[in-house]
Amino acid sequence: MENWLDSVTPLTLEGQIAVPYTWWVGETGSRFLIALRDEGKILGNRCPSCGTVYVPPRKNCGRCYVDTDVAWVTLGSEGTVRSHTIVRFSFPLQPAPPPFAYALIRLDGADVGLLHLIKHDLERLKTGVRVRARFRPASERRGHILDIDCFEII
Amino acid sequence: MDNLAVVGVAQTPFERCKPDQTVFDLVYETVRNAIDDAGLMPADIGNVVTVSNDFIDGRTISSMAVGDAAGAHDKNISTVEGDGTFGAFYGAMRTLGGLGTTLVVAHAKGSEGDVRYVTNGMFDPVYHRLLGIEAVGAAALQARAIMDRYGLTESDFAKVSVKNHGNARHNPCAQLPMALTVDDVLQSEALADPIKRLDCSPVSDGAAAVVIADAEGVRKARSRPVWIRGVAHCAEAYFLGDRDLSDPAALREAARRAYAMAGITHPMGAIDVVELYDAFSYMEPLWLEGLGFCGPGEGGKLLDQGVTTMNGAMPVNPSGGVLSAHAMLVAGLARIVEAVLQLRGSAGFRQVPGAKTALAHGINGPCGQSHCVWVLSNEQ
Repeated sequence: MENWLDSVTPLTLEGQIAVPYTWWVGETGSRFLIALRDEGKILGNRCPSCGTVYVPPRKNCGRCYVDTDVAWVTLGSEGTVRSHTIVRFSFPLQPAPPPFAYALIRLDGADVGLLHLIKHDLERLKTGVRVRARFRPASERRGHILDIDCFEII
Repeated sequence: MDNLAVVGVAQTPFERCKPDQTVFDLVYETVRNAIDDAGLMPADIGNVVTVSNDFIDGRTISSMAVGDAAGAHDKNISTVEGDGTFGAFYGAMRTLGGLGTTLVVAHAKGSEGDVRYVTNGMFDPVYHRLLGIEAVGAAALQARAIMDRYGLTESDFAKVSVKNHGNARHNPCAQLPMALTVDDVLQSEALADPIKRLDCSPVSDGAAAVVIADAEGVRKARSRPVWIRGVAHCAEAYFLGDRDLSDPAALREAARRAYAMAGITHPMGAIDVVELYDAFSYMEPLWLEGLGFCGPGEGGKLLDQGVTTMNGAMPVNPSGGVLSAHAMLVAGLARIVEAVLQLRGSAGFRQVPGAKTALAHGINGPCGQSHCVWVLSNEQ
């Protein structure tokens, strides 16, 4: 019996779990995503205690543990790349064919980085480079983080 | 700490795919071996903590499915969805809480799902997941941040991969024992700049278990106890953009708490061997900084100076580390297992001679969002 497995191929069972979800984005998230969709504007909010301006906006400041959705600010659509990576492998959930880049972008007026995409001029990508949000056309926007198609290097 | 000790350990060999074993088989084998290693009987186990992840297992409440395999029948069983170091932390608290000797077991079969989907699933569904980000892309942002801030290079990271895969050649449980050169790493497949294939840990199948006992349980066990001198964890913000990825702030705080508990004021000199969670090569220098073994940005110098090599003053990852075997969630518990083997003097050809105090470390969340630090000693 010791070597029984050597004489057969262990069996496998193919399967997949696909569970549909409808995630409510909440009041804070709705303000942010509706502003993207309807106005092509990027909103943040400011912690009244430490002054940190968050984007995406938050219900509360993790550090100070107070409400942050009381002070809204409209951020610029330009910012500075704080870190970046050019992705070279492909994977079905990626929103663009590689190579494309992820970047942490410090928008003008914000104190935290926004994670988003850079798709073009990748040879010019480096930390400190200035970028600008490229919105999808108003007719295609649906209240979604990808209403910003990507950021473009200025 | 209050006379708590690790009295039993076990781990499977880690492999890319174990077609002949289910998760139940892995847990059963490992738990039996850990109880045997402690010189105990299943009835001596007072309570059980299982560690698993539903996305990896493809099963909701996956931790409860393995109760029978873990010997938890009729016992107080609880679960941790996170790294095994955190499961063991919870286990130690349960022993302190009067639940008797605790068996902690972690399992993962990375071969059965798709690690890219699983790690994409750890990100926020509204703001981040839709960007397709997963573990490698996120790690690359952190690697770039420390390169930009401190001038560390891809070669600095590659040297870690060379060292740890080399160490793995003396660990029969490691998946990727390899004799590499820095050029091998630098020329391996580019995945997400600056990270290349050989900067990444592999996908693995495997399990690990530890048995934690108080003074009464230690007396009953027939193994050499390894005492828990200090243990702590700490977390920081969930969103990557809220953190300074080049500053291991949560690790610094976790280490500070663990050292305070252990009565350690100067970790360099007090710790003989370190097993840390190097899911990517760049993490080793960053975590060494967070653990207080060097100043900001100086983690690469420790390797250049030979401090962290097998013949150095404080070898790091003699097992080969997570770079050489990465069963997710299991990997932190495997760091504790290796630390215990080192402190028992039973680590074979990778033994650090005379090791008295070891540090084991685990992480949870993207880019080391949270850290758990263990200080273990073979002296009470």
